[in-house]
Amino acid sequence: MKRVVITGAGSINPLGHTVADTLDAMKNGVCGIGALDIRDVERLSIQIGGQVKDYHPDDTFNRQQQALYDRFTQFTLIAAREAIEQSGLEFAGTLAAESGVILGTSGGGLTTQDDNYRAVYEEGKNRVHPFIVPKLMNNAAASHVSMTWNLKGPSFTVATACASSNHAMGQAFQFIRSGLARVMVTGGSESMLCFGGVKAWEGLRVMSKDACRPFSANRNGMVQGEGAGVFVFEEYENAKARGAEILAEIVGFSMTSDAADIVMPSQQGAARAISGALSDAKIDASKVGYINAHGTGTAANDKTECAAVANVFGPHADKVMISSTKSMHGHLIGGTGAVELLAVLMALKDGIIAPTIGYQEPDPECALDVVPNEAREAKVEYALSNAFAFGGLNAVLALKRA
Amino acid sequence: MSDSVKDRVIEIIAEQAVLQPSDVTEDQTLEDLGIDSMGLVEAIFAIEEEFDIQVPFNANEPEKSDFDISSVAAIISAVEKMVSEQIA
Repeated sequence: MKRVVITGAGSINPLGHTVADTLDAMKNGVCGIGALDIRDVERLSIQIGGQVKDYHPDDTFNRQQQALYDRFTQFTLIAAREAIEQSGLEFAGTLAAESGVILGTSGGGLTTQDDNYRAVYEEGKNRVHPFIVPKLMNNAAASHVSMTWNLKGPSFTVATACASSNHAMGQAFQFIRSGLARVMVTGGSESMLCFGGVKAWEGLRVMSKDACRPFSANRNGMVQGEGAGVFVFEEYENAKARGAEILAEIVGFSMTSDAADIVMPSQQGAARAISGALSDAKIDASKVGYINAHGTGTAANDKTECAAVANVFGPHADKVMISSTKSMHGHLIGGTGAVELLAVLMALKDGIIAPTIGYQEPDPECALDVVPNEAREAKVEYALSNAFAFGGLNAVLALKRA
Repeated sequence: MSDSVKDRVIEIIAEQAVLQPSDVTEDQTLEDLGIDSMGLVEAIFAIEEEFDIQVPFNANEPEKSDFDISSVAAIISAVEKMVSEQIA
């Protein structure tokens, strides 16, 4: 089996337009959640979200590109550029043929759908722009990354709701580990902060009207965010031979299905995914210093996740740090695992643990070290990243310091 | 719409419980009726649509909601109150 390392990272999200800005915000416990600035917001009962701020598509994309790139594709391309530039790779010849793109998204071009349904239903128009279908399709982002950087190997999009990007990165890891690819551009993107996107979530009555406070006893729901995280996963010998900087190594991945309920999480399903990632990585739970939690801030997720961690880690559960950066950037749904992987890289590479901000009251059902409110310095050898989706689909990655 | 608020609420709850309205009694809880959290959210949606009201309810903190869901009777009186406030 080949070893798999990360040689590039890129992101645009509510905390910043680059990885450096994002990590800076995470270190400082900055909250990127605020009042939503979208059309018809006054008709929503949930009026907060983690929006990408000061974003002007005209600065990056010309008119023809904007006609083809939904907001989720734009975010993906911006993050992919940063990641690929950091890696220093150029894709040509056999490397191009052996390199692909696997990205996660849940809603794909939902903003494009929202705008165009509005045009035909509300405004009564009988004609839409000719490129609506290639703009809204869930694989648009993966395809444009492939076209932009000449990636000609296995490429597709994964949609498993809130676990999409963890499933995508897990696939990319397995492709390289098994020798099916040499380099994979992977991660995820989401842009659901439009009227229809927020209205649909509102209906479930699991959204908070004021803040995302994971693990806090007074938590009252999730807050949606938007943005993208993209990484370059590379076969270790390839990276070593060209002297690339290695940000971290991916050592394990596991996915499970609860096979139980379409929205309620299962402790057992989550625990099986966590322990599966540890055994895939061939490490003992006691080696893990940090877990980036799914930590949505809902009553159900946080207590179930803590119980699953306690179950797998046993006595070591009291020593492991577990934080949810959703408190800062919100829940990026299909892109969330990718942006959260940045916190894992920061823990492994810089020895800084991102905090769970907004933490106000201890919850006996979440009695773990959730790194409340302030970042912490700690040397971490191994870390996990959890994602547990609606539909009971769980995906956990295990990473090691380079 | 000659039915009373009470009858209309019971009809909505009965539909969620897959029962006849006559089998739903006011002293029953949602748990007695086998209505889980998803059924509750759907019932609230149906009540909002039926009476054109906004029911304040967050599934993360049901106990903090002004909307009392402790029994069928409690739900009926909460809806009656909201409907009368809307008319007033």
